[in-house]
Amino acid sequence: MSSRPGERPFTEEEVLRYSRHIILPNIGAAGQRKLLEAKVLCVGAGGLGSPVAMYLAAAGVGTLGILDFDRVDLTNLQRQLLHDTDDVGRPKVESAKERLNAINPDVDVVTHDTILTSENAFDILGRYDVVVDGTDNFPVRYLVNDATQMLGKPLVYGSIFQFDGQASVFMPGPDTPCYRCLFPEPPPPGTVPSCAEGGVFGVLPGIVGSIQAVEAIKLITGAGEPLVGRLLLFDALAMDFTTVNLRWDPECPVCGTNPTITELIDYDAFCGLTPTQAPPEAEHGAKTHVEA
Amino acid sequence: MAVTVKIPTLLRAQVDGRPTIEGTGRTLGDVIDDIETRYPGIKGSLVTDDGGLHRFVNVYLNDEDVRYLSSLETKVSDGDTVAILPAVAGG
Repeated sequence: MSSRPGERPFTEEEVLRYSRHIILPNIGAAGQRKLLEAKVLCVGAGGLGSPVAMYLAAAGVGTLGILDFDRVDLTNLQRQLLHDTDDVGRPKVESAKERLNAINPDVDVVTHDTILTSENAFDILGRYDVVVDGTDNFPVRYLVNDATQMLGKPLVYGSIFQFDGQASVFMPGPDTPCYRCLFPEPPPPGTVPSCAEGGVFGVLPGIVGSIQAVEAIKLITGAGEPLVGRLLLFDALAMDFTTVNLRWDPECPVCGTNPTITELIDYDAFCGLTPTQAPPEAEHGAKTHVEA
Repeated sequence: MAVTVKIPTLLRAQVDGRPTIEGTGRTLGDVIDDIETRYPGIKGSLVTDDGGLHRFVNVYLNDEDVRYLSSLETKVSDGDTVAILPAVAGG
């Protein structure tokens, strides 16, 4: 393949491995090169994080960060394809890295075996171009939203419950909506059951996470129209996809015209949780954490 | 006016498990009052004690967030679809 001066030419193996992208209109050699140079962080290596990370690794995303503090549990395996039966008890980031490098050994998989907090969020998220939200609780969702807005990074949002899924893309800055424009306040603690309490249809995160992977690749390559200002709703039982308009809220405390939240806050407190009170959606009763 | 109300999984237990229900009224608020008569309790999941929409639940008329229309005063027409979207956090 031809390359511009200063660009590393594709290796023979890369030309073959990525040939179906390279010959694809809207991606092409230029798009594939952007993928190889891209740095993407998956927050959560669970139901959503599995298809996101596996497709991004297969696509050749150069640096793929995987953030999860949890260990693989037998109950995860019904939907979290990053992890195998033999991985039960292992840190999720370890089994994820193995799986991802088995798919594509050229990807630099960076593991973050940690809870995402207001203290470490800027440091970790700041190293990536695009952040994908695959968390399983409200405090971290608001944290990831606020941090990406403040850092000026695009956020690919996805969320699931039982048979329903949602996805969108939140760009930084005004004029386009963020998660807080969609849901200014979290629901009262205890009113929304977790997947552990309410169950989750195993294939559902496969659909929603794959949509997040699509959007991440579109953001990186510039292909198509990103899911900005629109919210995709998926109902697996009805097999219904609906898109609704998502508007920027000029009053938004983070991305509005006069932001009132200009630094990261205590997200457990914001979500009505005290430090000693486990989030109702937490499967393992940890403090602000990432699982999925 | 008869409209179709799409019920998310999270709230389906309140409407006998139905994915959609019919409601009638001149405004969105009327429609919610109408379905409340058949499914008592559903209104409390959508509307605060002060009579506004909860900020962690979004309601769309066709594909538009009713907060950017006239909220509960939004007029509805025959054949409209109302979609309810609660915040969920699963991943």
